[in-house]
Amino acid sequence: MDAAFLKLPLLAQHGSLAREESLPTLSEAARVLTLQAGFNTTIVILGATLLGIAAGLIGVFSLLRKRALMADALSHATLPGIAAAFLAASALGTEGRSLPVLLLGAAVTGVLGVLTVQWIVRYTRLKEDAAIGIVLSVYFGVGVVLLSIVQSSSGGNQGGLNTFIYGQTAAMLPSDVALIGAIAGIAILAAALLTKEFALVAFNDAFAKVSGWPVTVVDLLMMALVVLVTIAGLQAVGLILVVAMLIIPPVAARFWTERLWLLLVLAAVFGGLSGYLGASASALFPRRPAGAVIVLTSGAIFAVSLLLAPTRGVIAASLRRGRLRLRIAADHLLEAAYERDTSDPRPSLTATEIDSVAHLRAWPFWYRPIVLAGLRWRKQAIRDGGDYRLTPRGVADGARISRNHRLWEQYLITHADVAPSHVDWSVDLVEHVLPEEIIAQLEEQLDRPGAAERASPRGVPSL
Amino acid sequence: MTVAYHRKPVLWDVDYDAPSNALVAIVGPNGAGKSTLIKACLGLVPRASGQVEFWGMPYRAARSRIGYVPQRESVDWDFPVSALDVVAMGRYRKIGWCLPVTRKHKRAALECLERVGMASLADRQISQLSGGQQQRVFLARALAQEADLYFMDEPFAGVDAATERAIVEVLRSLKAAGKTVICVHHDLQTVAEYFDHVMLINMRIVAAGTVDQVFTPENLHKTYGGRLTLLAEAAEAVARAGDR
Amino acid sequence: MSPTIHNFIQLDLAPLLAATLAAMTCGLLGNFLVLRKLSLMGDAISHSVLPGLVLAFLITATRNPFAMLIGAAAAGIVTVVLVEVVKKLGRVEPGAAMGVIFSVLFALGVLLIEQAARNVDLDADCVLYGQLEALSFAWFPAADWSVLLSWEGLAGENGLPRQVWTLAIMLVVAGAFSAVFFKELRIAAFDPALATTQGFHAGFLYILLMLLVAAATVASFEAVGSILVIAMLICPAASARLLTDRLRSQMWVSLLIAAACGVGGYFAATRLPPLLGHDAVNIAGAVTVVAGLAVGFAALLGPRHGIIARFIAHRALARGVAIDDLLAALYRLHEAGRESAAPRELAPVVHASHLNQAIAAATGRGLIRAEDGRVMLTDHGLMRAADLIRRHRLWETYLVDQAGFAPDHVHDTAERLEHLGVDPEPSDATVDPHGREIPRGGPRGG
Repeated sequence: MDAAFLKLPLLAQHGSLAREESLPTLSEAARVLTLQAGFNTTIVILGATLLGIAAGLIGVFSLLRKRALMADALSHATLPGIAAAFLAASALGTEGRSLPVLLLGAAVTGVLGVLTVQWIVRYTRLKEDAAIGIVLSVYFGVGVVLLSIVQSSSGGNQGGLNTFIYGQTAAMLPSDVALIGAIAGIAILAAALLTKEFALVAFNDAFAKVSGWPVTVVDLLMMALVVLVTIAGLQAVGLILVVAMLIIPPVAARFWTERLWLLLVLAAVFGGLSGYLGASASALFPRRPAGAVIVLTSGAIFAVSLLLAPTRGVIAASLRRGRLRLRIAADHLLEAAYERDTSDPRPSLTATEIDSVAHLRAWPFWYRPIVLAGLRWRKQAIRDGGDYRLTPRGVADGARISRNHRLWEQYLITHADVAPSHVDWSVDLVEHVLPEEIIAQLEEQLDRPGAAERASPRGVPSL
Repeated sequence: MTVAYHRKPVLWDVDYDAPSNALVAIVGPNGAGKSTLIKACLGLVPRASGQVEFWGMPYRAARSRIGYVPQRESVDWDFPVSALDVVAMGRYRKIGWCLPVTRKHKRAALECLERVGMASLADRQISQLSGGQQQRVFLARALAQEADLYFMDEPFAGVDAATERAIVEVLRSLKAAGKTVICVHHDLQTVAEYFDHVMLINMRIVAAGTVDQVFTPENLHKTYGGRLTLLAEAAEAVARAGDR
Repeated sequence: MSPTIHNFIQLDLAPLLAATLAAMTCGLLGNFLVLRKLSLMGDAISHSVLPGLVLAFLITATRNPFAMLIGAAAAGIVTVVLVEVVKKLGRVEPGAAMGVIFSVLFALGVLLIEQAARNVDLDADCVLYGQLEALSFAWFPAADWSVLLSWEGLAGENGLPRQVWTLAIMLVVAGAFSAVFFKELRIAAFDPALATTQGFHAGFLYILLMLLVAAATVASFEAVGSILVIAMLICPAASARLLTDRLRSQMWVSLLIAAACGVGGYFAATRLPPLLGHDAVNIAGAVTVVAGLAVGFAALLGPRHGIIARFIAHRALARGVAIDDLLAALYRLHEAGRESAAPRELAPVVHASHLNQAIAAATGRGLIRAEDGRVMLTDHGLMRAADLIRRHRLWETYLVDQAGFAPDHVHDTAERLEHLGVDPEPSDATVDPHGREIPRGGPRGG
């Protein structure tokens, strides 16, 4: 029994078992990246790229269906299948390491895992998150136990099955790659054919059901594609990280677009790129786990997207918010200048008046120069000694802002009971972002002759 | 029929024969089971007992002739599709499995958008539409289904004046075209103006019929006069007992 | 001193303790994760502490527990913050946000391990399923129970391994946390907004909880591996949730289950396979499997929410309803002046498949008796039936008078309601909407 425990302790410093590898030269890197590093390397890189494309496409749908993490349960649940298939095949006397056999086992227990999640959610009071956690850890635990049986029965090398945990593209044979490529190809084709159905069910399953679509069948098809991609990715990326190929490229692509077809294209490109770069790196550094490299590549794409994407990116969004605040600040100045004396054709603001607006609106210290520069740049005001004097355009804008403000004020006064449901923002913000249609409605409702003067404390200026 | 939600009956013993070619409002207080009634008719929630027939057929057979406008809050509007894409979803069943949305169907979808006054916003992403506009997109999608009977779940909830006008216009044109609309409605003041039939419910049907006959202060008082505590308690007991 | 005990202390005690302590620590913390629907956050953190751990190791070049703890805590906070950033600023749904962050961080950790492996032997596989087996090696030479009382045995060079101590301390910390913040954690799990209005911040507790999860992960890492951490964070709490209804009892039950998983898993891994002529299997994996079995048993056998309990309750109810229907039918015949009926006359009232069972059961309870192939009510049965009919007709009266149902409509609904414990308000009506007499209420039977 003691012999079974013989294993090196984790994190123990066993002297230097250094396995140095030399850095690849630039020309080597160029050869790999341009697919000229020999047949095997090339075909592995192509396989990983195809896999990335398939995972990106399928991942879009599971993301939109809000089932991203279901794939995590699925991929962990493949381990017992792999080990069991190996044991079964060995017991039957055939070659245990045959990839189709192992992947078949993986698919069986993977599907079983997904079914278990659904069963738990349906028949117990546990929620989906707990169900996923239970399935992924317990199935994986079963897999670990089976692996240790494989290890003891095959003389300590686990039959190479542990490459499925972290992935190792270098271990792939051309026939393996062909199989994986075929699976990925099927997934891509199915995704292309079923885009319409998947989108409908993901957006509004109740409507899909009422209009006659078998929602369960569509969901099953989607799940089947996730299973295909997952088992295809097992050897390249490993079962712990294959879920990342399904999640990260779609999430990254989502930052760039609001169009489904573009989302699909971008997710496929990002996924393919990660697969290509990851497999290339793995070819250059054979000891590096390919899965980690692929995931980190897509992680980098994700980080760039999160920060820099023009529509939903964080920087673009905060710039937009900042610009809006600055514009509102400028509006406040124009409004103040206009209202100080509405009869003055060229109203002006002294430095102290600007200070008091800044104080009233609690501007940060750096607002003032930017706001004033903005006024000059938009030709709404010119510098006049120490003061600022409005141009005709500035006067017109000031009048418009002042009018919106009073219309809104008046609306709140006359329709105060409706107002709260319409006002999510502070009133102050609202008046600056009112779209034209609402202003038109306000005018229609409020701007009858005479009514304005009576209702609003200050009256509504006409343009 | 009796409708149960999570095994808890929310609607007892509904027996109603909807008139054809009419605009029917389902009215009742919160928690009265209005939406659930519609969902039960459409097979979206299980029925504890009883049956629903459309033109003498079970729901499955009649499905292609039924249109549906779900509650606006029931979907995630931050979904990467345009208004036109959503309306085209109403035609997917006609297009069939795996086939692409052809120009013909796109044109039909655009016409439906036009009927709700949204043609100019066809290309806009749905999260950038106002609440009322989103509601109109849903209405247009139901129109694209080209059904004979429409179920609408609170189409007037939280919409602006323009949308309200557009919806009313669509309702009238549907009636003029001989269709039937059954609509969950929450605004008592407009019932008489927009609808010709009404069904007052509060855990059971209080009254149903034409607006003139049924929409009386007395019936309204019965509908809104508090929950039937005992019936509610019984519902809890049924849920506890796990009875079906 | 028998050799068995000697062997047990030398080989089994340390890994057994480590597995059990790790299971209990995670099992306790898991309660709050499962309740707050944060199970997957536990999963994410136990993956994403890896880079923190490896970095701490690379920087200090020791396996100093403090450095590891700090590295893991930092990684834990980074995970929580990044997930929030991606969720809020990037408008990504929570599951996907977690998926992105933990897989990227885990990938980083895997890569760093490969880096570290140039200098020191580190094995990415062990990160997942641990090295419990290795613990038994560093055990003291002269082993009997008394060493457990000696300083040398507990804290000495060859004494109880450091990992066991770390885990024991972690369990104490987790226990203290749960005890001190029990009230707050309960409110925060139930209603975070309420928790915040009551003067303490649910977000703060959340961070604290996640830090503890990260710390527990690290403490467990070397011994049992991350997969067991995830299993133990979720499975014991989930099983306990299926067995109990109150948080306090749920926590005790989950601790018990976790301990049982640790002990049971250990012995299943080390003792069971040799009986079958195999080598011992991976202990962490076996503990996880036992935890999965615990969830399965809890789901099947739970006293109130278990599938079997619900099935039996459902069957009992159906049987009770069938008997009630039988009695009511006989009572109506009795009202009509007929004392007995042939079973086939009752078939329309009681569903045919239940009829024979119901007759048998009712006869067994002395409610009816059979004579010449016909059945009739006993006196006891008559009382019971009168009570049922009374309920039925009271319900009908209620439905018509108060709920405004049409009189020709209420029978079926009343039929469903009469079997319930709820009674309509006592009514002074003596006849039901159909004009039939409502029996006077006697002492109420079951």
